[in-house]
Amino acid sequence: MKSSVIIFPGSNCDRDMDVALKKFGFKNQMVWHNDQSIPKSDLIVLPGGFSYGDYLRCGSIASKSKIIRSVIDFANSGGLVLGICNGFQILTETGLLNGILQQNKFLNFICSNVFVKVKDKQNKYFKDLKKDVLELHIAHNEGNYFCSDDELKSLEDNNQIAVTYCGEDGTENETTNPNGAIKNIAGIFNKNKNVLGMMPHPERMIDKYLSGEDGSLFFKNILDNFK
Amino acid sequence: MKIKVIVTLKNGVLDPQGKAIQQTLNGMNFGNVEDVRQGKYFEIEVKEKDEKKAKSLVDDMCKKLLANLVIEDYKIV
Repeated sequence: MKSSVIIFPGSNCDRDMDVALKKFGFKNQMVWHNDQSIPKSDLIVLPGGFSYGDYLRCGSIASKSKIIRSVIDFANSGGLVLGICNGFQILTETGLLNGILQQNKFLNFICSNVFVKVKDKQNKYFKDLKKDVLELHIAHNEGNYFCSDDELKSLEDNNQIAVTYCGEDGTENETTNPNGAIKNIAGIFNKNKNVLGMMPHPERMIDKYLSGEDGSLFFKNILDNFK
Repeated sequence: MKIKVIVTLKNGVLDPQGKAIQQTLNGMNFGNVEDVRQGKYFEIEVKEKDEKKAKSLVDDMCKKLLANLVIEDYKIV
């Protein structure tokens, strides 16, 4: 399976993502934001970081960069596009995903492990995943997901909510919501579920000597579903 | 021609920075501050003599980049 990671000025999780993808057998290539086109890929990843210094709004400048037209075309033709953290913010700014990531409710940068509940498995990312709750890592200042009531209803009706913040046992409530996101939303899909944006970083959980291995399950699962 | 734009959060959208500023002002004995909303201000120099045309261009810019209409409103002043 071929993947491409897009690098924007200010991306800083691009190499972690490259290591993670290669570890599980993806043939990964790095693509610069100013390139016109993306090499043939089965998966495109927009990595975490602070693209363009988070100027204007997180992800807004990256969402107008040269390479994005190709990413949007790829997504619209059904290709898998995964946005992690700043990548999620970029996807909402392109309009591929609904809503926006606002500043965390308590104005603090959060860097910690969290548990997320997988809400939908009828998609190429989570289909047949053995676990329902994953331990992943978050590191962000703007992860407070927000959308209009109509958009929220449509996300719920179409099962587009991908993952939500929860406790180790899967309980979702205010105490397991780190950043104030509505309905504890940590990640969502587009309507066709080929585009996934989420704040937690699976690429940081791929080794027992890091902080855990639930990210490994995530990457292996994408590969298994592709076979 | 210089066009000025103010972008603010929509009513009803939580503004934690505004809230923090309000609480700080209250703590500095500005007790009658009931609410603060923080926004962004832009000055855009457009190569265009016709004000109407310039404003319509900036309006397009607001919709496409300067404001995110999910949570923000803009005003060309």
